[in-house]
Amino acid sequence: MIPAAFDYHRPKSMDEVIALLGEHGDDARVMAGGHSLIPMMKLRMAEVPHLIDLQDIENLAEITIEEGHISLGAMVTQHDLITHSKLALRAPILREAALQIADPQVRYMGTIGGNLANGDPGNDMPGVMQCLGARINLIGPDGARSVAARDYYEAAYMTDREDDEVLVSVDFQAPSGGYAYEKQKRKIGDYATAAAAVMITKSEGKIASASVAMTNLSDVPVWSEEAGAALVGTACDGAALEAAVAAMLGDIDPSEDNRGPVAFKRHVAGVILKRAITRAWGRA
Amino acid sequence: MSDKMHIKLKVNGEDKEFLAEPRELLIYALREKLNITGPHVGCETSHCGACTVTIDGKSVKSCTMFVAQANGAEITTIEGIGEPDALHVLQENFREHHGLQCGFCTPGMITRATKLLEENPNPTEEEVRFGMAGNICRCTGYQNIVKSILSAASEINAAKEAAQ
Repeated sequence: MIPAAFDYHRPKSMDEVIALLGEHGDDARVMAGGHSLIPMMKLRMAEVPHLIDLQDIENLAEITIEEGHISLGAMVTQHDLITHSKLALRAPILREAALQIADPQVRYMGTIGGNLANGDPGNDMPGVMQCLGARINLIGPDGARSVAARDYYEAAYMTDREDDEVLVSVDFQAPSGGYAYEKQKRKIGDYATAAAAVMITKSEGKIASASVAMTNLSDVPVWSEEAGAALVGTACDGAALEAAVAAMLGDIDPSEDNRGPVAFKRHVAGVILKRAITRAWGRA
Repeated sequence: MSDKMHIKLKVNGEDKEFLAEPRELLIYALREKLNITGPHVGCETSHCGACTVTIDGKSVKSCTMFVAQANGAEITTIEGIGEPDALHVLQENFREHHGLQCGFCTPGMITRATKLLEENPNPTEEEVRFGMAGNICRCTGYQNIVKSILSAASEINAAKEAAQ
Protein backbone atom coordinates (compact mmCIF):
# COMPACT_ATOMS: atom_id res chain seq x y z
CA MET A 1 0.00 0.00 0.00
CA ILE A 2 2.78 2.41 -0.89
CA PRO A 3 1.82 5.04 -3.45
CA ALA A 4 4.07 6.04 -6.32
CA ALA A 5 6.52 8.79 -5.44
CA PHE A 6 5.43 12.40 -5.85
CA ASP A 7 6.60 15.94 -5.26
CA TYR A 8 4.68 17.56 -2.44
CA HIS A 9 3.54 21.18 -2.65
CA ARG A 10 1.86 23.13 0.12
CA PRO A 11 1.21 26.59 -1.36
CA LYS A 12 -0.11 29.51 0.69
CA SER A 13 -2.28 31.17 -1.95
CA MET A 14 -4.69 30.27 -4.76
CA ASP A 15 -2.43 32.13 -7.21
CA GLU A 16 0.35 29.69 -6.38
CA VAL A 17 -2.04 26.74 -6.80
CA ILE A 18 -3.13 27.95 -10.25
CA ALA A 19 0.50 28.53 -11.24
CA LEU A 20 1.45 24.99 -10.13
CA LEU A 21 -1.47 23.50 -12.07
CA GLY A 22 -0.39 25.53 -15.11
CA GLU A 23 3.19 24.41 -14.79
CA HIS A 24 2.56 20.70 -14.26
CA GLY A 25 -0.69 20.18 -16.19
CA ASP A 26 -2.09 16.65 -15.95
CA ASP A 27 0.77 15.66 -13.64
CA ALA A 28 -0.62 17.79 -10.82
CA ARG A 29 -3.69 17.37 -8.64
CA VAL A 30 -5.00 19.32 -5.71
CA MET A 31 -5.88 17.53 -2.49
CA ALA A 32 -8.25 18.69 0.25
CA GLY A 33 -8.70 16.13 3.06
CA GLY A 34 -7.28 13.37 0.88
CA HIS A 35 -9.68 10.68 2.08
CA SER A 36 -10.73 9.76 -1.46
CA LEU A 37 -7.47 10.56 -3.25
CA ILE A 38 -4.99 8.94 -0.83
CA PRO A 39 -6.71 5.51 -0.91
CA MET A 40 -6.67 5.68 -4.74
CA MET A 41 -2.97 6.62 -4.70
CA LYS A 42 -2.21 3.77 -2.27
CA LEU A 43 -3.90 1.34 -4.66
CA ARG A 44 -1.98 3.00 -7.49
CA MET A 45 -5.24 3.61 -9.27
CA ALA A 46 -4.26 7.28 -9.20
CA GLU A 47 -0.75 8.48 -9.92
CA VAL A 48 -0.07 12.08 -9.00
CA PRO A 49 3.51 13.21 -9.72
CA HIS A 50 2.77 16.64 -8.20
CA LEU A 51 0.47 16.67 -5.20
CA ILE A 52 -0.84 20.11 -4.19
CA ASP A 53 -2.07 20.15 -0.59
CA LEU A 54 -4.65 22.93 0.00
CA GLN A 55 -4.45 22.95 3.80
CA ASP A 56 -2.52 26.24 4.07
CA ILE A 57 -4.64 28.29 1.67
CA GLU A 58 -6.24 31.14 3.59
CA ASN A 59 -10.02 31.51 3.81
CA LEU A 60 -10.72 28.19 2.15
CA ALA A 61 -12.29 26.73 5.29
CA GLU A 62 -14.74 29.55 5.93
CA ILE A 63 -18.44 29.21 6.56
CA THR A 64 -20.27 32.49 5.92
CA ILE A 65 -23.96 33.10 6.53
CA GLU A 66 -25.11 36.56 5.40
CA GLU A 67 -28.62 37.79 4.72
CA GLY A 68 -29.96 34.34 4.10
CA HIS A 69 -27.11 33.36 1.84
CA ILE A 70 -24.70 30.59 2.80
CA SER A 71 -21.22 30.00 1.42
CA LEU A 72 -18.99 27.06 2.32
CA GLY A 73 -15.29 27.08 1.50
CA ALA A 74 -13.93 23.94 -0.14
CA MET A 75 -11.85 23.00 2.93
CA VAL A 76 -14.82 23.01 5.32
CA THR A 77 -14.86 19.50 6.77
CA GLN A 78 -17.84 17.24 7.39
CA HIS A 79 -16.98 17.62 11.09
CA ASP A 80 -17.27 21.42 10.71
CA LEU A 81 -20.69 21.01 9.07
CA ILE A 82 -21.84 18.88 12.00
CA THR A 83 -20.55 21.14 14.77
CA HIS A 84 -21.32 24.64 13.36
CA SER A 85 -24.39 25.58 15.40
CA LYS A 86 -25.54 28.52 13.26
CA LEU A 87 -25.29 26.44 10.10
CA ALA A 88 -27.22 23.62 11.75
CA LEU A 89 -29.96 26.17 12.42
CA ARG A 90 -30.03 27.74 8.93
CA ALA A 91 -29.42 24.63 6.80
CA PRO A 92 -29.96 21.56 9.00
CA ILE A 93 -29.99 19.21 5.99
CA LEU A 94 -26.19 19.61 5.81
CA ARG A 95 -25.69 18.33 9.33
CA GLU A 96 -28.14 15.47 8.76
CA ALA A 97 -26.28 14.46 5.59
CA ALA A 98 -22.77 14.92 6.99
CA LEU A 99 -23.58 12.68 9.97
CA GLN A 100 -24.28 9.86 7.51
CA ILE A 101 -20.95 10.17 5.69
CA ALA A 102 -18.14 7.73 6.53
CA ASP A 103 -17.08 7.57 10.21
CA PRO A 104 -15.94 10.11 12.84
CA GLN A 105 -12.24 10.04 11.95
CA VAL A 106 -12.90 10.40 8.24
CA ARG A 107 -15.31 13.30 8.90
CA TYR A 108 -12.53 15.32 10.60
CA MET A 109 -10.56 15.18 7.33
CA GLY A 110 -13.17 14.80 4.58
CA THR A 111 -14.24 18.13 3.09
CA ILE A 112 -17.25 19.54 1.29
CA GLY A 113 -14.98 20.57 -1.58
CA GLY A 114 -13.51 17.11 -2.02
CA ASN A 115 -16.91 15.49 -1.75
CA LEU A 116 -18.28 17.77 -4.49
CA ALA A 117 -15.23 17.78 -6.77
CA ASN A 118 -14.46 14.07 -6.74
CA GLY A 119 -17.40 13.14 -8.94
CA ASP A 120 -17.85 9.73 -7.35
CA PRO A 121 -21.56 8.84 -7.71
CA GLY A 122 -21.41 7.58 -4.10
CA ASN A 123 -20.56 11.01 -2.67
CA ASP A 124 -23.51 12.44 -0.72
CA MET A 125 -23.01 16.20 -0.96
CA PRO A 126 -23.57 16.51 -4.73
CA GLY A 127 -27.18 15.36 -4.33
CA VAL A 128 -27.68 17.62 -1.31
CA MET A 129 -26.36 20.61 -3.27
CA GLN A 130 -28.53 19.79 -6.27
CA CYS A 131 -31.52 19.59 -3.95
CA LEU A 132 -30.64 23.03 -2.52
CA GLY A 133 -30.08 24.56 -5.96
CA ALA A 134 -26.51 25.47 -4.99
CA ARG A 135 -23.83 26.95 -7.21
CA ILE A 136 -20.32 25.55 -7.38
CA ASN A 137 -17.54 28.14 -7.62
CA LEU A 138 -14.31 27.48 -9.51
CA ILE A 139 -11.10 29.44 -9.96
CA GLY A 140 -8.80 28.92 -12.92
CA PRO A 141 -6.15 30.75 -14.90
CA ASP A 142 -8.85 32.91 -16.53
CA GLY A 143 -10.46 33.86 -13.23
CA ALA A 144 -13.53 32.75 -11.34
CA ARG A 145 -16.71 31.16 -12.65
CA SER A 146 -19.75 29.56 -11.16
CA VAL A 147 -21.80 26.53 -12.27
CA ALA A 148 -25.16 25.27 -11.01
CA ALA A 149 -24.71 22.03 -9.06
CA ARG A 150 -27.52 20.63 -11.21
CA ASP A 151 -25.36 21.16 -14.32
CA TYR A 152 -21.99 20.26 -12.82
CA TYR A 153 -21.92 16.45 -13.07
CA GLU A 154 -21.32 14.87 -16.49
CA ALA A 155 -20.46 11.22 -15.75
CA ALA A 156 -18.73 9.22 -13.02
CA TYR A 157 -15.64 11.24 -12.00
CA MET A 158 -16.33 13.67 -14.86
CA THR A 159 -17.48 17.16 -13.98
CA ASP A 160 -17.65 20.57 -15.61
CA ARG A 161 -14.38 21.53 -13.89
CA GLU A 162 -11.37 21.85 -16.20
CA ASP A 163 -8.05 20.31 -15.15
CA ASP A 164 -6.51 23.72 -14.50
CA GLU A 165 -9.42 24.84 -12.28
CA VAL A 166 -9.97 24.39 -8.55
CA LEU A 167 -13.31 24.09 -6.79
CA VAL A 168 -13.08 26.79 -4.10
CA SER A 169 -16.56 27.06 -2.61
CA VAL A 170 -20.25 26.27 -2.90
CA ASP A 171 -23.05 28.69 -2.11
CA PHE A 172 -26.83 28.68 -1.90
CA GLN A 173 -29.82 30.52 -0.46
CA ALA A 174 -30.51 29.40 3.11
CA PRO A 175 -33.36 26.93 2.63
CA SER A 176 -36.72 27.19 4.32
CA GLY A 177 -39.30 24.55 5.15
CA GLY A 178 -38.82 20.89 5.91
CA TYR A 179 -35.76 18.85 5.02
CA ALA A 180 -34.48 15.28 5.04
CA TYR A 181 -31.44 13.36 3.93
CA GLU A 182 -32.29 9.66 4.10
CA LYS A 183 -29.60 7.11 3.31
CA GLN A 184 -29.65 3.35 3.18
CA LYS A 185 -26.20 1.81 3.54
CA ARG A 186 -24.93 -1.64 4.40
CA LYS A 187 -22.75 -0.48 7.28
CA ILE A 188 -21.03 2.58 8.77
CA GLY A 189 -18.61 4.01 6.25
CA ASP A 190 -20.33 2.57 3.20
CA TYR A 191 -21.64 4.55 0.29
CA ALA A 192 -25.39 4.62 -0.20
CA THR A 193 -27.33 1.73 -1.65
CA ALA A 194 -29.80 4.56 -2.19
CA ALA A 195 -30.12 8.02 -0.66
CA ALA A 196 -32.54 10.91 -1.08
CA ALA A 197 -32.29 14.62 -0.33
CA VAL A 198 -35.65 16.36 -0.01
CA MET A 199 -36.68 19.95 0.76
CA ILE A 200 -40.38 20.83 1.12
CA THR A 201 -42.16 24.10 1.85
CA LYS A 202 -45.76 24.16 3.01
CA SER A 203 -48.56 26.65 2.49
CA GLU A 204 -52.18 26.30 3.68
CA GLY A 205 -51.78 22.58 4.37
CA LYS A 206 -50.38 21.82 0.91
CA ILE A 207 -46.90 21.39 -0.47
CA ALA A 208 -45.91 24.74 -2.00
CA SER A 209 -42.54 23.66 -3.37
CA ALA A 210 -40.47 20.49 -3.35
CA SER A 211 -36.98 19.56 -4.46
CA VAL A 212 -35.78 15.96 -4.74
CA ALA A 213 -32.29 14.61 -5.48
CA MET A 214 -31.01 11.03 -5.37
CA THR A 215 -27.52 9.68 -4.59
CA ASN A 216 -25.69 6.67 -6.06
CA LEU A 217 -28.53 5.63 -8.34
CA SER A 218 -26.90 6.69 -11.60
CA ASP A 219 -23.36 7.60 -12.66
CA VAL A 220 -24.20 11.16 -11.57
CA PRO A 221 -26.40 12.58 -8.81
CA VAL A 222 -30.00 12.86 -10.02
CA TRP A 223 -32.11 15.96 -9.36
CA SER A 224 -35.62 14.80 -10.24
CA GLU A 225 -37.60 17.85 -11.26
CA GLU A 226 -40.66 15.71 -11.97
CA ALA A 227 -40.60 14.03 -8.56
CA GLY A 228 -40.69 17.48 -6.94
CA ALA A 229 -43.43 18.64 -9.30
CA ALA A 230 -45.53 15.54 -8.46
CA LEU A 231 -45.67 16.67 -4.83
CA VAL A 232 -46.55 20.34 -5.32
CA GLY A 233 -50.20 21.16 -4.55
CA THR A 234 -50.81 17.90 -2.71
CA ALA A 235 -51.24 17.30 1.01
CA CYS A 236 -48.45 14.71 0.86
CA ASP A 237 -50.96 11.85 0.79
CA GLY A 238 -50.26 8.30 -0.35
CA ALA A 239 -51.09 9.03 -3.99
CA ALA A 240 -48.64 11.98 -4.01
CA LEU A 241 -45.88 9.78 -2.57
CA GLU A 242 -46.53 7.12 -5.22
CA ALA A 243 -46.49 9.73 -7.99
CA ALA A 244 -43.20 11.21 -6.74
CA VAL A 245 -41.60 7.76 -6.52
CA ALA A 246 -42.81 6.86 -10.03
CA ALA A 247 -41.35 10.11 -11.39
CA MET A 248 -38.05 9.55 -9.57
CA LEU A 249 -37.82 5.97 -10.87
CA GLY A 250 -38.08 7.38 -14.38
CA ASP A 251 -35.00 9.54 -13.78
CA ILE A 252 -32.57 7.15 -12.06
CA ASP A 253 -30.44 4.56 -13.80
CA PRO A 254 -28.75 2.35 -11.19
CA SER A 255 -26.35 -0.40 -12.12
CA GLU A 256 -25.73 -3.73 -10.43
CA ASP A 257 -22.80 -3.93 -8.01
CA ASN A 258 -22.01 -5.50 -4.64
CA ARG A 259 -24.82 -3.45 -3.10
CA GLY A 260 -27.36 -5.42 -5.11
CA PRO A 261 -29.05 -5.92 -8.46
CA VAL A 262 -30.88 -3.16 -10.30
CA ALA A 263 -34.37 -4.26 -9.21
CA PHE A 264 -33.32 -4.18 -5.55
CA LYS A 265 -31.79 -0.72 -5.89
CA ARG A 266 -34.93 0.62 -7.54
CA HIS A 267 -37.00 -0.87 -4.73
CA VAL A 268 -34.75 0.67 -2.06
CA ALA A 269 -34.77 4.03 -3.87
CA GLY A 270 -38.58 4.10 -3.62
CA VAL A 271 -38.61 3.20 0.07
CA ILE A 272 -35.91 5.77 0.89
CA LEU A 273 -37.60 8.54 -1.07
CA LYS A 274 -40.94 7.94 0.68
CA ARG A 275 -39.23 8.11 4.05
CA ALA A 276 -37.38 11.28 3.11
CA ILE A 277 -40.52 13.02 1.80
CA THR A 278 -42.51 12.00 4.86
CA ARG A 279 -39.83 13.29 7.24
CA ALA A 280 -39.37 16.55 5.32
CA TRP A 281 -43.16 17.08 5.26
CA GLY A 282 -43.33 16.46 9.02
CA ARG A 283 -40.73 19.20 9.51
CA ALA A 284 -42.21 21.69 6.98
CA MET B 1 11.10 13.59 -7.64
CA SER B 2 10.61 11.92 -4.26
CA ASP B 3 13.42 13.78 -2.60
CA LYS B 4 13.31 13.39 1.12
CA MET B 5 11.68 16.18 3.07
CA HIS B 6 12.71 17.58 6.40
CA ILE B 7 9.75 16.76 8.67
CA LYS B 8 9.08 18.37 12.04
CA LEU B 9 6.42 17.01 14.37
CA LYS B 10 5.56 17.46 18.00
CA VAL B 11 4.63 14.01 19.24
CA ASN B 12 3.34 13.55 22.78
CA GLY B 13 4.90 16.89 23.70
CA GLU B 14 8.34 16.12 22.26
CA ASP B 15 9.82 17.81 19.20
CA LYS B 16 10.84 15.32 16.53
CA GLU B 17 12.75 15.94 13.32
CA PHE B 18 13.58 13.47 10.60
CA LEU B 19 13.88 13.01 6.86
CA ALA B 20 11.15 11.19 4.97
CA GLU B 21 9.75 10.85 1.49
CA PRO B 22 6.49 12.82 1.28
CA ARG B 23 4.62 9.66 0.24
CA GLU B 24 5.44 7.87 3.48
CA LEU B 25 2.23 7.29 5.43
CA LEU B 26 2.17 8.91 8.85
CA ILE B 27 1.61 5.56 10.59
CA TYR B 28 4.89 4.21 9.18
CA ALA B 29 6.79 7.38 10.06
CA LEU B 30 5.55 7.09 13.65
CA ARG B 31 6.27 3.38 13.96
CA GLU B 32 9.46 2.98 11.96
CA LYS B 33 11.16 6.39 12.14
CA LEU B 34 10.16 7.39 15.67
CA ASN B 35 9.67 3.95 17.21
CA ILE B 36 6.22 4.97 18.44
CA THR B 37 4.53 1.60 18.01
CA GLY B 38 1.31 2.15 19.99
CA PRO B 39 -0.75 3.08 16.92
CA HIS B 40 -1.18 -0.15 14.98
CA VAL B 41 -1.39 -1.01 11.30
CA GLY B 42 -4.66 -2.94 11.05
CA CYS B 43 -6.42 -2.75 7.70
CA GLU B 44 -4.28 0.05 6.24
CA THR B 45 -7.35 1.20 4.30
CA SER B 46 -8.90 3.73 6.73
CA HIS B 47 -11.57 1.30 7.88
CA CYS B 48 -10.43 -0.23 11.17
CA GLY B 49 -9.16 2.71 13.24
CA ALA B 50 -6.26 0.82 14.89
CA CYS B 51 -3.90 3.55 13.64
CA THR B 52 -5.96 6.42 15.14
CA VAL B 53 -3.93 9.33 16.54
CA THR B 54 -4.92 12.88 17.49
CA ILE B 55 -3.54 15.50 15.09
CA ASP B 56 -4.07 19.17 15.93
CA GLY B 57 -7.21 18.25 17.86
CA LYS B 58 -8.68 15.86 15.31
CA SER B 59 -9.00 12.07 15.53
CA VAL B 60 -7.29 10.87 12.37
CA LYS B 61 -6.50 7.49 10.83
CA SER B 62 -2.76 7.85 10.36
CA CYS B 63 -2.73 5.29 7.53
CA THR B 64 -4.60 7.82 5.41
CA MET B 65 -2.31 10.79 5.82
CA PHE B 66 1.03 11.39 4.16
CA VAL B 67 3.78 12.38 6.56
CA ALA B 68 4.21 15.54 4.46
CA GLN B 69 0.65 16.59 5.31
CA ALA B 70 1.37 16.23 9.01
CA ASN B 71 4.55 18.34 8.82
CA GLY B 72 4.35 20.96 11.58
CA ALA B 73 1.50 19.23 13.43
CA GLU B 74 1.04 18.31 17.07
CA ILE B 75 0.28 14.63 17.50
CA THR B 76 -0.88 12.59 20.46
CA THR B 77 -0.65 8.80 20.38
CA ILE B 78 -1.54 6.22 23.02
CA GLU B 79 1.99 6.68 24.39
CA GLY B 80 0.97 10.22 25.37
CA ILE B 81 -2.11 9.05 27.27
CA GLY B 82 -1.42 7.87 30.83
CA GLU B 83 1.66 6.11 32.22
CA PRO B 84 2.15 2.41 32.99
CA ASP B 85 1.96 3.11 36.74
CA ALA B 86 -0.58 5.92 36.46
CA LEU B 87 -3.15 4.88 33.89
CA HIS B 88 -5.50 7.35 32.22
CA VAL B 89 -9.04 6.96 33.50
CA LEU B 90 -10.07 5.43 30.14
CA GLN B 91 -7.25 2.87 30.35
CA GLU B 92 -8.22 2.07 33.92
CA ASN B 93 -11.83 1.53 32.87
CA PHE B 94 -10.91 -0.62 29.87
CA ARG B 95 -9.02 -2.82 32.32
CA GLU B 96 -11.78 -2.77 34.91
CA HIS B 97 -14.57 -3.61 32.45
CA HIS B 98 -12.64 -5.99 30.25
CA GLY B 99 -12.86 -3.59 27.31
CA LEU B 100 -10.31 -5.61 25.37
CA GLN B 101 -9.36 -9.17 24.64
CA CYS B 102 -6.42 -9.39 22.23
CA GLY B 103 -5.72 -5.68 22.64
CA PHE B 104 -4.79 -4.94 19.04
CA CYS B 105 -7.49 -2.32 18.52
CA THR B 106 -7.16 -0.85 22.01
CA PRO B 107 -4.63 1.97 21.35
CA GLY B 108 -6.87 3.31 18.58
CA MET B 109 -10.00 2.81 20.68
CA ILE B 110 -8.63 4.70 23.66
CA THR B 111 -7.04 7.46 21.58
CA ARG B 112 -10.36 8.01 19.79
CA ALA B 113 -12.31 7.79 23.06
CA THR B 114 -10.21 10.55 24.69
CA LYS B 115 -11.24 12.91 21.89
CA LEU B 116 -14.85 11.74 22.00
CA LEU B 117 -15.12 12.51 25.73
CA GLU B 118 -13.35 15.82 25.28
CA GLU B 119 -15.99 16.89 22.74
CA ASN B 120 -18.92 15.23 24.50
CA PRO B 121 -18.14 14.71 28.21
CA ASN B 122 -21.48 13.13 29.00
CA PRO B 123 -22.43 10.88 26.08
CA THR B 124 -25.36 8.51 25.88
CA GLU B 125 -24.69 4.89 24.97
CA GLU B 126 -25.89 5.64 21.44
CA GLU B 127 -23.52 8.60 21.16
CA VAL B 128 -20.60 6.44 22.30
CA ARG B 129 -21.43 3.82 19.68
CA PHE B 130 -21.80 6.48 16.98
CA GLY B 131 -18.65 8.30 18.07
CA MET B 132 -16.63 5.07 18.09
CA ALA B 133 -17.99 3.85 14.76
CA GLY B 134 -14.65 4.39 13.03
CA ASN B 135 -12.93 1.79 15.22
CA ILE B 136 -13.36 -1.93 14.67
CA CYS B 137 -12.87 -4.61 17.33
CA ARG B 138 -13.03 -8.26 16.33
CA CYS B 139 -12.94 -9.72 19.85
CA THR B 140 -15.27 -8.03 22.29
CA GLY B 141 -18.50 -7.44 20.41
CA TYR B 142 -18.16 -3.83 21.63
CA GLN B 143 -20.34 -4.26 24.74
CA ASN B 144 -17.47 -3.90 27.17
CA ILE B 145 -15.79 -1.15 25.17
CA VAL B 146 -18.97 0.92 25.38
CA LYS B 147 -19.28 0.09 29.09
CA SER B 148 -15.65 1.14 29.69
CA ILE B 149 -16.11 4.49 27.97
CA LEU B 150 -19.41 5.27 29.71
CA SER B 151 -17.86 4.37 33.05
CA ALA B 152 -14.81 6.54 32.35
CA ALA B 153 -17.13 9.43 31.45
CA SER B 154 -18.99 9.19 34.75
CA GLU B 155 -15.73 8.98 36.69
CA ILE B 156 -14.37 12.07 34.94
CA ASN B 157 -17.62 13.94 35.55
CA ALA B 158 -17.75 12.87 39.21
CA ALA B 159 -14.16 14.06 39.68
CA LYS B 160 -15.05 17.40 38.05
CA GLU B 161 -18.06 17.85 40.33
CA ALA B 162 -16.00 16.98 43.40
CA ALA B 163 -13.41 19.57 42.38
CA GLN B 164 -16.03 22.33 42.15
